[in-house]
Amino acid sequence: MAAIEAYGDEITALSGRALYRVHTRRKLIILGLMALALCLSFAIDLAWGPAHYGLDQVIIALFDPGAVSDQVRTVVWDIRLPVAVMAIVVGAALSLAGAQMQTILANPLASPFTLGISAAASFGAGLAIVTSVPLLPVAASLIVPANAFVAALGATLFIYLISQARGVSVQTIVLLGIALVFTFNALLAFLQFLASEQALSAVVFWTMGSLAKATWPKIAVTLAVLLIALPLFARNAWALTAIRLGDDKAASFGVNVRRIRLETMLMVSLLTSVPVSFVGTIGFVGLVGPHIARMILGEDQRFFLPGSVLAGALLLSLTSIVSKSIIPGVVFPIGIITALVGVPFFFSLIITTMRKSW
Amino acid sequence: MVSLQLDNVGAAYGRKAIVSGVSVPAIGAGAVVAVIGPNAAGKSTLFKRIAGLVKGPGAVRVSGSGKGRNAIGYMPQDSAANAVLSVYESLLLARKQGSSWSVADDDLVYIDGVLHALNIAELSFLDLGVLSGGQRQLVSMAQALVREPDILLMDEPTSALDLHRQVEVLEFVRRQARERGMIVMIALHDLNQALRFADTVLLIDQGAMRACGAPSAVITATMLRQIYRVEARIEKCSRNLDHVIVDTAAA
Repeated sequence: MAAIEAYGDEITALSGRALYRVHTRRKLIILGLMALALCLSFAIDLAWGPAHYGLDQVIIALFDPGAVSDQVRTVVWDIRLPVAVMAIVVGAALSLAGAQMQTILANPLASPFTLGISAAASFGAGLAIVTSVPLLPVAASLIVPANAFVAALGATLFIYLISQARGVSVQTIVLLGIALVFTFNALLAFLQFLASEQALSAVVFWTMGSLAKATWPKIAVTLAVLLIALPLFARNAWALTAIRLGDDKAASFGVNVRRIRLETMLMVSLLTSVPVSFVGTIGFVGLVGPHIARMILGEDQRFFLPGSVLAGALLLSLTSIVSKSIIPGVVFPIGIITALVGVPFFFSLIITTMRKSW
Repeated sequence: MVSLQLDNVGAAYGRKAIVSGVSVPAIGAGAVVAVIGPNAAGKSTLFKRIAGLVKGPGAVRVSGSGKGRNAIGYMPQDSAANAVLSVYESLLLARKQGSSWSVADDDLVYIDGVLHALNIAELSFLDLGVLSGGQRQLVSMAQALVREPDILLMDEPTSALDLHRQVEVLEFVRRQARERGMIVMIALHDLNQALRFADTVLLIDQGAMRACGAPSAVITATMLRQIYRVEARIEKCSRNLDHVIVDTAAA
């Protein structure tokens, strides 16, 4: 072994740093392609429906609304656009939440769905629908999302607090999450048992998750949370990546592991509870979006972060298209379709990608 | 020039004290200090305390370094990681903490230098999860070195390496200490390695410092009987170097 400095100047152009630059360029190209695919999916989502429009019509309607007929403008802007945008924003938020949950809990199974946060939101919403009991003092029209939000936030913080206790292993947290799923499902079943027929159908529909509930104020709130979270995560990108090497190692790099975990978990609480309270239970995307990004781009957060956002957004945008394509004129609740769309894609990635995903 | 001094240093997890009363007079630049002691003596905890990862009484005094918190580099004992990161990315990660996303050529040149110096350049673009135990240890050492610390704490860095690699690594570390004026504290179980490579030996047992001094003054037959509970001799080898020969476990 020789001195470090002696080697620095001798290394040829095709050594580590050249290869590193090649790898980086490849990842940027992949991110660009994902963004392109998302734009395409978004345009198709706007064009697709009982009334089919060409992509050119949709683009004109978006950028020059005066140049298309009233009917096209109304369908694109008032009916399809909120749903298509909500799909992207919710997919991005849930995937980002799942990615950072998996990162800070060092657990490939961590996601809003598997850790019981979605189940908690469903219980909160069910409580509002069946009993009208508010968990926050809000207007009657907001009781359902407000209750779902409080319950989801409570469940996330509960998991975080437990995970901070001494001697709690990663496996314990997953077990705890599964216990939460069962607990909230049981509580929800209890509510359903007591509910009137009308309330029961409302609860069942809510728990299926649906983008039909999309409105511009809901999109704005979800987008705001996303836009607050992204710069925070971006600032901590090196630190979050280092946490995946273990707490001791990250701390040895100068990372304040405790502070990063707390900041991240609080942000994840909002990223999870806000969209779930608006659109209901949408599983899978929060679990699989990050895994797709990890398999394609690795876990350097400079690429994993935008990759997870794009993978989640693309997954839910594609699902939105599929949900209205199965039976013409019928839009299936997106929560039912997400896994059906995502699983074949996920399996094909597992089989074709040589890289380990965890 | 950097120096390190420990004044009555202790370490605790919660209320449970693991290490107490460790005092070491100023260690000068270029020195290699072997920290020895039986299993669960408190060596790892002492390293974490010096690195600032656990709290405790006493003072760790670093002087002559302009690097602040980055003066001390720490290589933990267990470096198993399942992150989907290449070795190269993990080294970049170690070097770039807290700074911008952009990566300068200087950083990459230094990383290339460390990888070649440790003879692990061929591992550069392998994922961390596929490395063997020995390879993980070398990568962990590289991660500590790319941070260019003035004081390097290495917790059993050779435990998973073959004989050739053990000697190679310890010679490399000692040369780095001499050439760069770095202080190296290294936890070792092999007392012959401590005799051969260290300038000073710090003996820890049951969380307390039992001795600190020249290797031949600390590693004695009496100490081996009392602390390690073995009957052993210290004899000169054919190259006139001290060597521990263990005869049997003490009654």
